[in-house]
Amino acid sequence: MSMTIDRQSLVEKARWVRRETLRLHGLAPETRVASSLSAVELFVALSYAGIMAFDPAKPRWEGRDRLIISKGHGSVCYYPILADLGYFAKAELENICQEGSFLGGIPDTIIPGYETINGSLGHGLGVACGMALALKQKRSAATIYVMVGDGELNEGSVWEGVMFAAHHKLDNVVLIIDNNKICMLDRCAQVIKLEPIEQRFTAFAWEAHRINGHDLTQVCDTFHFCKISRSGNPKVVIADTIKGKGVSILETDNLCHIRSLNAEELQSAIEGLS
Amino acid sequence: MSLSPTRPMRDLFIETLCNRMAENSDIWFLAADLGSPALDRMRREFPERCLNVGIAEQNLVNVATGLALEGQVVYCYAIAPFIAMRAYEQVRVNLSVSSQIRPVNVNLIGVGGGVSYQVSGPTHHCLEDLSIMRLLPNMTVFSPSDAALAAAFVDYSIAHQSPKYLRFDGKALPVLYDKVDRELLAAGFCELVPGSDVCLVATGYMTQRAVQVARESGCGAVDLFMLKPFNKEKLYAVLSSYRHVITMEEAFINGGGLDCAVASLLTEHRSAITLDRIGFNDRYVFDLGSREQLHALNGMDNAAIRQAIIEASRK
Repeated sequence: MSMTIDRQSLVEKARWVRRETLRLHGLAPETRVASSLSAVELFVALSYAGIMAFDPAKPRWEGRDRLIISKGHGSVCYYPILADLGYFAKAELENICQEGSFLGGIPDTIIPGYETINGSLGHGLGVACGMALALKQKRSAATIYVMVGDGELNEGSVWEGVMFAAHHKLDNVVLIIDNNKICMLDRCAQVIKLEPIEQRFTAFAWEAHRINGHDLTQVCDTFHFCKISRSGNPKVVIADTIKGKGVSILETDNLCHIRSLNAEELQSAIEGLS
Repeated sequence: MSLSPTRPMRDLFIETLCNRMAENSDIWFLAADLGSPALDRMRREFPERCLNVGIAEQNLVNVATGLALEGQVVYCYAIAPFIAMRAYEQVRVNLSVSSQIRPVNVNLIGVGGGVSYQVSGPTHHCLEDLSIMRLLPNMTVFSPSDAALAAAFVDYSIAHQSPKYLRFDGKALPVLYDKVDRELLAAGFCELVPGSDVCLVATGYMTQRAVQVARESGCGAVDLFMLKPFNKEKLYAVLSSYRHVITMEEAFINGGGLDCAVASLLTEHRSAITLDRIGFNDRYVFDLGSREQLHALNGMDNAAIRQAIIEASRK
């Protein structure tokens, strides 16, 4: 199954996901809300715009596209999407981070719809490369999407994967960088300079696309291109995003990664979305 | 039981695996730029499934994980300290943690366990692996003492879905086993030399010493080749006929390796059997020389073992 809805509905879906992400943060203040808010359009496009093939009734369906969420902490916004798609009951959302729930602060494979253990950065791309080799050997048309944060690019193991994917011409791999420009304690540019990111990837023989990660038209068009293209090169989508997108007190705070919103801030943030 | 020279355990293992790869297209072999004469044949016959990932152990384990999550059986081949420690966090997260939820059949082959690369210094010695791999939940830890055991492990590794660490000696060692069957692998150990009073419980290269010393001294020799899991009840039943146990490993002692596995077993049974430990004691080895000389310097040669037996039997 792959879903396709019109662009205006996608925008509304993104707004709903943002609202749900904030609501879940209210239930579980330990969730990394700012890291999730930057990636909302990326997850919405993958899930609702006919990009990924999946079957919520059979999460391990052989023909599915794979999504490895290497920046696991920043994917709480994916919880309401998975529930909405039918991977699990929406009522499960209310138990986030509570005893007996499978929805933790950092998601793992115990959640239907998640492929890998997440939470330790720098693993996703290499694992995706292994999946890509296996799927190519099986003549599968599936695409493997990997979601990473820009700060995660500091991890050396990412670049081991970058070299491997290019050498083995893994054109069924799409690396999505949520380029929100802030890591835990500062702006990435102040910690370890990453720019020019696309030149760094093209130097490693990757096909690079740079887009506005909050513009759903750009996101959908680029993902769609990457899904069908089999050029011989792995593809990277550098999605420029804003950490804490939609919530002004987060957007303007370089320490937003570790910030939890109190009840009053949360209320005004949810109202500010509409 | 014979004592004849053979080729390195890795060669016999790879040859056997090569035969299985011909029948089973789901088997992959990934190397981190480490070779072996037997590997040349595999590369030639299965170029698509026998890959050199380069000098990148972290990626080696990550790529193997991705293949295994797609139902493949994967072997990762590298120098022991690098696969065991450079990639330890990848092993922990993607194999140990992950396999508790999804099956992951990844087999990590560390070549050069202990001080089998004797003149290469502390970076190439591997004295921590038995402890740190045994620590990981869901991990199987295999430390063979000869090439026959190593080769027999091929079918076991294909049949058992868990992640595994295989510690291979870097050198060709005499063959100790005539026949290795399923029952033996399931037990995880073998009493190679029955004896009395003192039992030497050894793993890997040190089993070779244990057999030599036991044969001349009348004590017993047990090869504990599967450090995790092994049949605890069965092993305790064997050890119960002795008064003393001396563990022997080319690894750090008191850190969670063979000695601690045996100590735990004795403690669980509130046993009166006394335990002494032979191995490297909380110090790295910068000394150069033959393996024999390194062992002599660290109280692990045959003379030191004989002395330990005499002292144990006086207790």
